[in-house]
Amino acid sequence: MARHDRPLSPHLQVYRLPFNAILSITHRITGVGLGFGALILVAWLAAAAAGPEWFATASSMMGSIVGRIVLFGFVWALFYHLANGIRHLFWDAGFGFELKDARSSGLMVVAVSLVLTAVAFAIGCIRAGAIS
Amino acid sequence: MAEFTLPKNSRVEKGKTFKAPDGATNVRTFQVYRWDPDSANNPRIDSYEVDLDACGPMVLDALIKIKNEVDSTLTFRRSCREGVCGSCAMNVDGTNTLSCTKPIEDIKGAANVYPLPHLPVVKDLVPDLSIPYAQYAAIEPWLKTENPAPTGERLQSPEERKQLDGLWECILCFCCTTSCPSYWWNGERFLGPAVLLQSYRWIADSRDEHTGERLDALEDPFRLYRCHTIMNCTDTCPKSLNPAKAIGEIKKLMVERK
Repeated sequence: MARHDRPLSPHLQVYRLPFNAILSITHRITGVGLGFGALILVAWLAAAAAGPEWFATASSMMGSIVGRIVLFGFVWALFYHLANGIRHLFWDAGFGFELKDARSSGLMVVAVSLVLTAVAFAIGCIRAGAIS
Repeated sequence: MAEFTLPKNSRVEKGKTFKAPDGATNVRTFQVYRWDPDSANNPRIDSYEVDLDACGPMVLDALIKIKNEVDSTLTFRRSCREGVCGSCAMNVDGTNTLSCTKPIEDIKGAANVYPLPHLPVVKDLVPDLSIPYAQYAAIEPWLKTENPAPTGERLQSPEERKQLDGLWECILCFCCTTSCPSYWWNGERFLGPAVLLQSYRWIADSRDEHTGERLDALEDPFRLYRCHTIMNCTDTCPKSLNPAKAIGEIKKLMVERK
């Protein structure tokens, strides 16, 4: 009887990713995002070096609604990657592998990243005079 | 490398539906992955309506009932039906587990039953585990010594024996290995959680005298370090073991011996 090439069993298509796995892929995505964010940062600095007109253009782009959304994402990605990176350091030292510990440290990472982002944005907006 | 979609011959199609017998009141649908090596067709999902009032409590009970009473062509591995042999490992309701210890009542709605993820399928729910078995052999899972054998037993203190708890209980069902995205993308070079936990079982054994060589064999960007602590292994282990922790211990030993 004819034998046919074996199919590959479904993986991402059927696997329900647990909380820790979602945090893990988010760590990877924010890491990539920070790379692109660094380019924006460099562009902004380059604009500052290029002269006041360039800087004004760059600043108004950053200050626009879209710019602020991108900036918000960048700041959150930074704090998320930082907080989850510290979580990884604990793992590297041998702590926090029990499921309930990993879950609570994961929740902490999410909470800390959101709070730090809100604080950073509030400070930034106040200093910029957007909120008095 | 990471390929997120299924190859063309592996895409799953819709299959047949087998209705519950008339008069059944407590009906649950089992959507089961089917693939027949003797046909040129793609895999398909067959739906079996099972009367739970006439069925045992576990997912394996339902599969056996389907095979006995509805469709004898359904193929799956099973043996002990009590979670000690590891044969009936499969993907149930989105998570790898032993179907014999997975209660049907824990599943909401239709029960999806697939083979262990990202492996070549031999038939239906039977995956080809040749590579994980070869990887298991590669870590030389036996006691290795240099000193001449003692005349009596090789003794361990209770503390030394305790180091093996949480490791010796592994039944090599490969639920963890096939839950790991790193293993999906790099399964031919990354050893995967089950084999690494087994490796640590011998590294942690006070009677084994080849710890250094064992660590040398793992000192590799792929074999060990493709583990990114995603934790799917520990999340899914049907024996509630902690492969992520065992791998973490190996990584720690690697740093400590430098």
